Amino acid sequence: MAKKDLGDRGQGLGRREVLECMVWAGTGVLWTVSGGVPHSVGLIGDAIAAEPTGFSFLQMSDSHIGFDKAANPDALATLREAVGIVKAMPAKPSFIIHTGDITHLSKPAQFDNADQVFGETGVQMHYVPGEHDYIDEANGKAYLDRYGKGTKGAGWYSFDDHGVHFIGLVNVVDLKGGGLGNLGAEQLAWLEADLKDRSNSTPIVVFAHIPLQVLYKEWGWGTEDGTQALALLKRFGSVTILNGHIHQLAQKVEGNMTFHTALSTAFPQPAPGSAPSPGPMLVPADKLRSYLGLASITMVQGNKPLAIVDKTLAT
Amino acid sequence: MRNLIVRFCSRLARLSLGRALVVAMLLGPVTGATLAVAAVEAQDATKAVTIDNFTFTPPELTVAVGTTVKWVNHDDIPHSVVNKDKVFRSKALDTDDSFSYTFASAGTFEYFCGLHPHMTGKIIVK
Repeated sequence: MAKKDLGDRGQGLGRREVLECMVWAGTGVLWTVSGGVPHSVGLIGDAIAAEPTGFSFLQMSDSHIGFDKAANPDALATLREAVGIVKAMPAKPSFIIHTGDITHLSKPAQFDNADQVFGETGVQMHYVPGEHDYIDEANGKAYLDRYGKGTKGAGWYSFDDHGVHFIGLVNVVDLKGGGLGNLGAEQLAWLEADLKDRSNSTPIVVFAHIPLQVLYKEWGWGTEDGTQALALLKRFGSVTILNGHIHQLAQKVEGNMTFHTALSTAFPQPAPGSAPSPGPMLVPADKLRSYLGLASITMVQGNKPLAIVDKTLAT
Repeated sequence: MRNLIVRFCSRLARLSLGRALVVAMLLGPVTGATLAVAAVEAQDATKAVTIDNFTFTPPELTVAVGTTVKWVNHDDIPHSVVNKDKVFRSKALDTDDSFSYTFASAGTFEYFCGLHPHMTGKIIVK
């Protein structure tokens, strides 16, 4: 697929393509960053050739290690395939952001298997938890013991790389009945303090499991207090928001903000409202890999908004 | 009630003759009838809520004090049962796992799925 730029709607990813993408679940997107503004350089295969000198990172999501139902009897095998794609990249991404649901049931063996396979990439991982990573008996201890070092609260944190400020948020904890994803007052106060002294020209990448904006309320696809986080981010010239949870691509550009949800490496979910409920979507076995994938992200010099295209596992 | 006892007795009659005789000799017909009543009441005291397609069914259930409600998850995705007022909270229920809670006092108990909080339900205990 050719390089896409969502900022130019005339030539960018069209509505039809986005809608087609909406039924995918996927591997990862390669992003590169050079000079301030992140944009994707295409599918992973394209990205390798397109921006060999750029700062790039990957987004992977919803690995659901331990899932073994009809929609994908072996979620570890499809993760291995996704990691195989990463290992084959001639220019290694700087790191991988995982936007949650590493495991299906927060079991130690599931975390172990995921760690082992992700370890094969030889690339640093930055995680945020999904709701499936927080369902051990001790309400998140299993996740925090492994990935919580240096994080605050339920596992949120920030770091800087190549002049970009990265913020990992947790919106899967202490959920309220009838509500959506939840950041909570403590985390929002932390976010405000974290952003306070940063200049408007600092490129920001925010990643969290459940979409921060409300994509489909009826299925709980959104974050109750997400707009409060977005209000804090509004003044920045470049904000990229990466989420998972819905196991399909959804992309939107709003002012200086670009929203992107990643494919899963485990199983697809139906497009909003196209089925009685969310959940694993059964597709023909020979088609499954075209619904799974990963995303690559590149930062380039310029003033263009982020464009993101994802790579599926299908060969 | 009479019908239920009759049904109980006819079930006994289907047992082997020898076992039926032993039961009859040991318990006598009156004790047998009492056991039948107890069995029926125990059965009545459990109500089921199923979870299919991210939905609690029935979404609202009215039960008597002392009733045990059993939630069973039929989805391929784990769910949980969390009372809004923290009176009860299940662990994550994988496919076909269940959670039971006995309601000892009257009241309205709203609950939701701790993983997917848009899923809600209500138990009214009278």
